[in-house]
Amino acid sequence: MKNWNFRLKTGVFILGIFLILGFILPLFHPGNPTEWGTYPKNLKPSSAHFFGTTNLGQDTFWLLAKSVQNSFIIGIVVAFFATVIGALLGLLAGFKGGFLDRAITLLTDSFIVIPSLPILILLGSLMKGRASLFYIALVLIIFNWPWPARQLRSMALSLSEREFINTAVFSGESTMKIIVKEIFPYVAGWSVANFVNTILVAIGSESGLAVIGMSSNEKATLGTMIYWANQHQAMLAGRWWWIGSPVIAIVLIFIALFLTMTGYQQYSALRRGK
Amino acid sequence: MGFYKFLLSRAITFVLVVFIGITTVFFVPRFLPSDPVEAMIGRMTSKSAFMEPGAVESMRKTLNESFGLQGTIVQQYFGFIKRVVFTHDFGPSLANYPTPVNELIGRALPWTMGLLLISTLISWLIGNAIGLLSGFRKEKAYSKVLEAISIALYPIPYYIFALILIMLFAYIIPIFPLSANFMGKGFSWEHIKSLLVNSALPALSIILVGTGWWVISMKTLSSGIAEEDYVHFARLKGLKERKIMTKYVLPNAALPQVTMLALQLGSIFNGALITEYLFGYPGIGTLIFGAILQSDYNLIMGTITISIIAVAGATFIIDFLYPFLDPRVRYK
Repeated sequence: MKNWNFRLKTGVFILGIFLILGFILPLFHPGNPTEWGTYPKNLKPSSAHFFGTTNLGQDTFWLLAKSVQNSFIIGIVVAFFATVIGALLGLLAGFKGGFLDRAITLLTDSFIVIPSLPILILLGSLMKGRASLFYIALVLIIFNWPWPARQLRSMALSLSEREFINTAVFSGESTMKIIVKEIFPYVAGWSVANFVNTILVAIGSESGLAVIGMSSNEKATLGTMIYWANQHQAMLAGRWWWIGSPVIAIVLIFIALFLTMTGYQQYSALRRGK
Repeated sequence: MGFYKFLLSRAITFVLVVFIGITTVFFVPRFLPSDPVEAMIGRMTSKSAFMEPGAVESMRKTLNESFGLQGTIVQQYFGFIKRVVFTHDFGPSLANYPTPVNELIGRALPWTMGLLLISTLISWLIGNAIGLLSGFRKEKAYSKVLEAISIALYPIPYYIFALILIMLFAYIIPIFPLSANFMGKGFSWEHIKSLLVNSALPALSIILVGTGWWVISMKTLSSGIAEEDYVHFARLKGLKERKIMTKYVLPNAALPQVTMLALQLGSIFNGALITEYLFGYPGIGTLIFGAILQSDYNLIMGTITISIIAVAGATFIIDFLYPFLDPRVRYK
């Protein structure tokens, strides 16, 4: 903590607040925050309902807490699997070379250039807004592993020239073992930064899909909250607490994730220098 | 490696990327349990009172034909590729029958491209100018303020920013319309005015968020270059600071930004689709959503294929132009 820079501190602090809001506070709230008609409709913010209630009779504060939770779960699951798959394939490509390398590179390059949103919309449209969060996460993983794969491939290329890798190869270690035991420690710092960034991307893509009604409309996420608020003309009717709270939450979460990522990069660069 | 070989390898990549994209667009719907033809027939028979079995059968046949669903999946696939590649035909739109999908796309594409190209270029220019200045003079207070603003802007998705702008400038301070409403036609003043008024907010959302990214990357690049030996040498030679900035730092820092422009295009395009929907702007994004709402499969396939070709094409062109800008890079 002592050597943490300003960005890392601020980012982790804001993230901490949202993680408490999403994962700890809901433990003290009985009942299902997504259920319609629990409370009177369209109450203004008050001490009983911190952020008022929605047009569907939900408490906006608890709905927001649940949405933050689900959005983070999607983000973390996608980021974890995308980073692990991307790291393994990228390192394998860079380390093995040859045909395997060319095949993986072509695949990553195509996935990077293809605009993912239209295909996500296509997938979402086939489920008519009733996709499960698991399905959305799976699709997001498919579109997010190529970035770390491409980056780590080039890192593996330069690492595989090093002496200690040759030693490992000649001492008869298996490729998988070399990648996991010898190469991975060198790229772990970068992978952490990528993990945080992918959380940002995944939450962003899910909300983007949800805003247009192509995600899991019945589940509470930050995007579906905006979707329902838009569907019920929250802005026109002046119910700013309903549409405003998820929008502001997304903005703050994204700034916090970005600060954490860049702050961590600076921090680990400094540590390497020592 | 020669120019033609470079061109050829890039062209092959472009074709492969588009091919993989189109293949995904073709196969994905077929892995899922819903059948568009049965869904349409179901909708129609539930609306009208009664249909003879013969009529239903002939309708099924017609629909299968217009969806390109007859034959085995392999035959369908080659039929689809053949139609797209050789006749550039996506069939008729099912919701706006019998208007061809191509005509609908042709009407919407200039809107999306216009919005995207103009706002991307503006944000690129502004962002690089600010980034250069704050990277070159990074100890100044204004550099720090500008950097803080861009860090706060950059991570926000385009469509979230669009929502914020709608809240601010269409709801709290109602200067701009909540959703697009175009008046007049052709080159009349009324038409141009409504064009500008209606495009202002969508463009602004893309420009502001985009600018943040260019400031951050340009600042990193130019502050690195400002510490190079040749910049010190220029300073010792007694050149004016302004000249050092524009003649020594700018050309070297601007080049990577050109490549980045190509990579960013994909994500800007993604963001613009949702932004269009939120503003009711008549581009490809709005067309895609309309198509989805009406289960217009031909139109969905068409719009998505066009988006993939557009982004891959732009990347290809920028890749190809790059060596003209940077004499150090040979085609390789």
